[in-house]
Amino acid sequence: MSSVLEERFTIEPRSISGEPERVRRIREQAAERFNALGWPTMRLEEWKYTSLTPLTNIDWKTDPSKGDDPVSPFGDRPIAELIFVNGGLHANRTTLANEHPGIRILPIREAMESDSFAQHFSRYADYEKHALTALNTALWQDGAYIEIAPGTVVEGFIHLLYIGGGDAGHPVMSHHRNLIVAGRGSQITVVESFFGKGMYFTNTVTEVVAGDGAVVDHYKFENESIEAFHIGTVQIHQERASNVASRTIAIGGGLVRNEINVALAGEGASLSMEGLFVLSGKQHIDNHTVIDHVAPHCDSMELFKGILDENARGIFDGRIIVEPDAVKTSSRQTNRNLLLSETAVVDSKPSLEIHNDDVKCNHGSTIGQLDEEALFYLRARGIGEEDARNLLVYAFASEIVERMKIDVVRENVGKALFARLGRGETR
Amino acid sequence: MKLKHMLNIKDLHAGIDGKEILKGLTLHVGVGEVHAIMGPNGSGKSTLANVLAGRPKYVATSGTVTYEGKDLLALPAEERAREGVFLAMQYPVEIPGVNNIYFLKAALNSIRKHQGIEELDAMEFLQLAREKMKLVELDEAFMNRSVNEGFSGGEKKRNEIFQMAVLDPKLAILDETDSGLDIDALRIVAEGVNALRSEKHSVLVITHYQRLLRYLVPDFVHVLADGKIVKSGGKELAEELEQKGYEWIEEEMAAAR
Repeated sequence: MSSVLEERFTIEPRSISGEPERVRRIREQAAERFNALGWPTMRLEEWKYTSLTPLTNIDWKTDPSKGDDPVSPFGDRPIAELIFVNGGLHANRTTLANEHPGIRILPIREAMESDSFAQHFSRYADYEKHALTALNTALWQDGAYIEIAPGTVVEGFIHLLYIGGGDAGHPVMSHHRNLIVAGRGSQITVVESFFGKGMYFTNTVTEVVAGDGAVVDHYKFENESIEAFHIGTVQIHQERASNVASRTIAIGGGLVRNEINVALAGEGASLSMEGLFVLSGKQHIDNHTVIDHVAPHCDSMELFKGILDENARGIFDGRIIVEPDAVKTSSRQTNRNLLLSETAVVDSKPSLEIHNDDVKCNHGSTIGQLDEEALFYLRARGIGEEDARNLLVYAFASEIVERMKIDVVRENVGKALFARLGRGETR
Repeated sequence: MKLKHMLNIKDLHAGIDGKEILKGLTLHVGVGEVHAIMGPNGSGKSTLANVLAGRPKYVATSGTVTYEGKDLLALPAEERAREGVFLAMQYPVEIPGVNNIYFLKAALNSIRKHQGIEELDAMEFLQLAREKMKLVELDEAFMNRSVNEGFSGGEKKRNEIFQMAVLDPKLAILDETDSGLDIDALRIVAEGVNALRSEKHSVLVITHYQRLLRYLVPDFVHVLADGKIVKSGGKELAEELEQKGYEWIEEEMAAAR
């Protein structure tokens, strides 16, 4: 259904059975937009550090029928779980959670008739300006729909697991599309994990709506195959007095772009956004965040940390916008990077755009090496050099990992991280 | 009978960044002895401590250092620690994200493993740590914080003595551990060192001032000046130095030339 044409890659919108007219129209518009925009190039300010040429040269096909049989890293701990293999639904473990009258967790294909879907779908992730979002919006295959009724407090977490590549036999691309709607005063934690084998392309868009006073924790754990391409957009819309925690852990993938965009649209909303990216070899991870303070009295705290080894390339490009009406905004943005080799490169570009003068904002970034004094201190107490290095690197990462509230997720991420640090022992 | 030397330093020349600071230092520390090394700023006190502990950048250019019959200078820092050498640092470094207790347990077990002693499990270690914490009057809350992070100067020094007490080194080197301490902290540091004193442990106290030596009576006192030991004696030498000042040594040296 999609192929590389001689001159230019163009797409036709996908259509899935039972699709409402509105969805079909959105798909058409998005396809048109993508065909007009084309793949982003490094000439665009927002893509100046990342070339998609290795991705756009491949003849991708969509094929949800094949792939590896997935194993969930969290066992039976999630209260509900949807597993997608190469974009198609593979396992649906939501029955128990759906018995609760306030919880609806469905494959998004089955949710298209709901009022909430009609109200929110594709309202936040902008396909007019963003080519990859347009691509996803035109071609999405399946995904998760999560709706939490007003006042419902969900204990535990919902897990969305995506597996890519495997035995597909040809380069396969997947477009997942998720919509999470947390009603007024509700509470929900959603974890998205990305795993896979071999070469494949994941292009995912998740829209999150936090209603008035809702508390939403969103975790993204990107641990794709080292040959994989991953482009993921998390688009969060916050209403009045909502509280959102966004956590992104990116340790896998060959070429990765994490976009996390948040609109603080209602008064008194609060956001904490944290990210950790750990790279080695020739990995390239580009983190791109936008926090848009639209309403007054909102606060945002952003912290991204990068650990780069060997020939890896990392990017933090974070923008905070304070709109004219967003008085009494409080915002802090920090990016810290640890370089473990002389050939690793990181670009840090924090930026603030303030359109009123009644705000408290600051931002900063650091790039440094392991503290030699600390290294000696540990060694002088009997800890071997390699262990001491790993301990210090892990300590740098732990600030982010330790704040993850779900034990099984924190432990799993910690383990994966330790395994990664072990792998980086080529020095 | 103390025939055996713990530490034998012979004609040691060492320095940093190509600059020679120790210029032929010779010192013998017997098993079970406490030696104090005193000297003015710039005499090479800290260089000696760092060379012995194996801090990178500190290079010995000639001479020998034998510890329990082994060539100490040939060992990396962690091996020296595992063999029982401990340096209480002049400026203990803050290590955010590394938990004090976790770090110390890892350190102790790597030393025990090396020495062929069974490693301690979490409960056994905590019991030992609690016991030693009382000695240095550190609150248990400190132990669950990151290494030295947010500690006051005195707390950092007490943490060094706490680590020393837990690791139970054969040779403890204290690099100006007394500097900047108030009376209480000074007493605690001295008590920590006194608790370590035994027939099997040796201590090298490096200090600028005599005040720690009032609590911690050394067996021998050495004066270090311009990279060499220029005078050695008993504990009374420390008092003499305190009264007459380091100028006295310098004048004596000048007269001898």
